[in-house]
Amino acid sequence: MEVPILKQGEFLIATFQADLSDADLENLRRGLVQQVVRFRSRGVIVDVTAMDVMDSFASRTLREIALIIRLRGADTVIVGIQPEVAFAMVQLGMTLEGVATALDLEEGLAYLIEKFKNID
Amino acid sequence: MPAGKIHVAINSDQDIVLARQKGRALAAELGFSAVDATFVATAISELARNIVAYARRGEITLQAVRGSSRQGIVVVASDEGPGISDIGQALRDGFSTSGSLGLGLPGVRRLMDEFEIDSRPGRGTTVTVKKWRQ
Repeated sequence: MEVPILKQGEFLIATFQADLSDADLENLRRGLVQQVVRFRSRGVIVDVTAMDVMDSFASRTLREIALIIRLRGADTVIVGIQPEVAFAMVQLGMTLEGVATALDLEEGLAYLIEKFKNID
Repeated sequence: MPAGKIHVAINSDQDIVLARQKGRALAAELGFSAVDATFVATAISELARNIVAYARRGEITLQAVRGSSRQGIVVVASDEGPGISDIGQALRDGFSTSGSLGLGLPGVRRLMDEFEIDSRPGRGTTVTVKKWRQ
């Protein structure tokens, strides 16, 4: 499954669809990291608004994406976790600890811009 | 109330997606809230994931049930895999033998209202969970 990845200046915006299989998620992880390297991106927004289930594998994959991208010297922010999905994730014990999250795309962008303002 | 059982054969990661879609659809049909429908779908995803990870194949069945004064969903995840030798350990947070799991069963128990497990080493595992409509 192709994930739409949008380049926005030094940031990338990846939009995850609903109903992703484990194989899809692994492809997304690989594809996203390749793009970060290719574009020398400094920040990545992963938009999960469409995901209606976030099980242990999906949560773990998202966390890994953020950690891998951090090792590249870039930052990741996960945006759009639905309230009922957040509720289920906490019951499941998956809290995405150490990963930045924001309400939506706009707030995610604001987070990254604020973060890089201090470096420039 | 929808009659009959819905059977979903679990052989691959694609079947995990299919099983949880069917669970969510049944929950919606029975009038579950968005949160509870998401809990059911997430629990099914974890149970189906355990089947693929530990037994490779098995089955998820979904069924609407009526209690004395309420409606609910029963999910049965069964396989003929290696079974669980120490169920107590498998129900503790953080325990995993597949290297990819560890939060599955305790998480499923928290997401659902009722939880039963029957497992015999070498014979397989059956997990039965229920969620009642609030």
